[in-house]
Amino acid sequence: MVGYFLKDSVKLADKVENNQIDQNKSNNELVLEQSSKTKPRFTRPPKNYANHIPLYTSEKIAMFVVSAIGSFLHPEKNQYIVALGESTAIPPFLKHLRQQMLDDPTGRQILRDRPNITSETLNLEKLASYGENTFGRTYYDWLKREKVSPDTRVPVRFIDDEELAFVFQRYRQCHDFYHALAGLPITREGEIAVKFFEFLNIGTPFAGMGAIFAPWNMKKRSQRRRLLSIYYPWAIESAAHCKNNLINIYWEKIMDKDVGELREELGITKPPDMRELRRRERAERHNK
Amino acid sequence: MSCLRVQTKAFTKGFSMPLTRLFSTGPQLFQAETDTKFTDFGYKQVPEADKEKLVHGVFSSVASSYDVMNDAMSMGIHRIWKRHMINKLDCGMRASSGEPLQFLDVAGGTGDIAFGLLDHAKEKYGDTQSKMIVADINADMLKEGERRSKKTVYADSPRIKFMVQNGEKLDAIPDNSIDVYTVAFGIRNFTDKQAGLNSAYRVLKPGGIFACLEFSKVQDPVLDYFYQIYSFSCLPMMGQFIANDRESYQYLVESIRKHPDQETFANMIRKAGFYVPGKGYENLTFGVAAIHVGVKL
Repeated sequence: MVGYFLKDSVKLADKVENNQIDQNKSNNELVLEQSSKTKPRFTRPPKNYANHIPLYTSEKIAMFVVSAIGSFLHPEKNQYIVALGESTAIPPFLKHLRQQMLDDPTGRQILRDRPNITSETLNLEKLASYGENTFGRTYYDWLKREKVSPDTRVPVRFIDDEELAFVFQRYRQCHDFYHALAGLPITREGEIAVKFFEFLNIGTPFAGMGAIFAPWNMKKRSQRRRLLSIYYPWAIESAAHCKNNLINIYWEKIMDKDVGELREELGITKPPDMRELRRRERAERHNK
Repeated sequence: MSCLRVQTKAFTKGFSMPLTRLFSTGPQLFQAETDTKFTDFGYKQVPEADKEKLVHGVFSSVASSYDVMNDAMSMGIHRIWKRHMINKLDCGMRASSGEPLQFLDVAGGTGDIAFGLLDHAKEKYGDTQSKMIVADINADMLKEGERRSKKTVYADSPRIKFMVQNGEKLDAIPDNSIDVYTVAFGIRNFTDKQAGLNSAYRVLKPGGIFACLEFSKVQDPVLDYFYQIYSFSCLPMMGQFIANDRESYQYLVESIRKHPDQETFANMIRKAGFYVPGKGYENLTFGVAAIHVGVKL
């Protein structure tokens, strides 16, 4: 008990006894030396891949809650959507998806090659030179129309297993291809329609949440009506006819394929052009 | 030999420079190279020459949302801390004196301490002549400060000068020319803190005051535990969602942890040559922040 109060003096006395005191160093220098050996108390587990940020379970839950609320209220802000996608991509779902990839020969090829989709690897200039009806040209035209690029996809950071992180990264990068196949724009309506289609085909929980909850936050009733009456049935029909899981398609290799053929193979139809419909409705409203 | 990786375009935004550099050499080759000194960039070890650029990158990306993030991180308490420091320093040319004071605020890009000091001098002592130099290594933060000065009475006034300066050298500031040197939440970003303190000693007039407001160690272990959870879990996530930049806020939190504690920092101030009155520091909010004061005799 006395030792608790005399702690520092006892330590000093021990040091003097053991000749550990250097008489030539001032207290100032000793304090400076000691402080340079500090060890951080809060450490994260080691990273599994370059961009990995390992989170504790409580942090993951917190991220899920905050990103869910944020993406509902502000779906235009990318950070919420990205975080919600990664926090809902729980290992059971990702393992199921990986198994589906392993069951398919093309899927296995993708897992082996680990292709990364950027504007360089796709060679966008070459795509522009493809024929009118090829998938590559359709994709390129869609990118130009929507004024986006494949480089804006955020890398996966919060998924722990390295291979599962790649699977999710592949899923995220292929999202634009579904847009191009369906011809849907990157407006809120278009995104929800594609997300619903993705959910029905691939089964991502995050896409399902988006399909169920996102329309509630749509301000314009006409948009919601159009979405629910035209595009949701389209998504259900296309997904019903689509035999393959879209994650197993090696998009980079079918860039020169005829897009009509591709759509027929997959069983997808092209829904009514959303931008056209919106323009028409806006014109009608102005004319009234 | 630890492997430092390239993380260039991997970030969404935030860093315009690679965070760390890839060393493909093994241990022997590394020793044969010139003796590169390493320093801390948060918890990462980076070559000294790079730290400046990396810190520059962090603050360029946080400049515009700096205040929003400061408010979110400290729940608005940072304003109270700054106000307390301004009141404690109590600077101003007294009515009977004829010489206006020269203030220097280092790493104070956005200018809140600078304007606060001048306002305090005017309100308490009717001092409308003292001059202020706001120095920051990052031109973006200074631009933000200039923008803000346009909305105050000091807009385009010859009393305030904004200079891009490295706090460790302060090249453009002559010796023995400053009456009050302040640095608020800036010194933890210096590559060589002792050099920064030595420069402060050089530019101050005899009798000049050095005051530093900075994050420090929470003394109580229980409070410290909760504080660490807050700073390591909540803050980066807030940065991720509010500013869409998790990495910059992760760096800020780590740099707080790496900054020396109150006693050590007071000793560093003594080492620079200052007379440190009493303990040398005042803890704010249980040690989350501390004001260190030194006087050049």
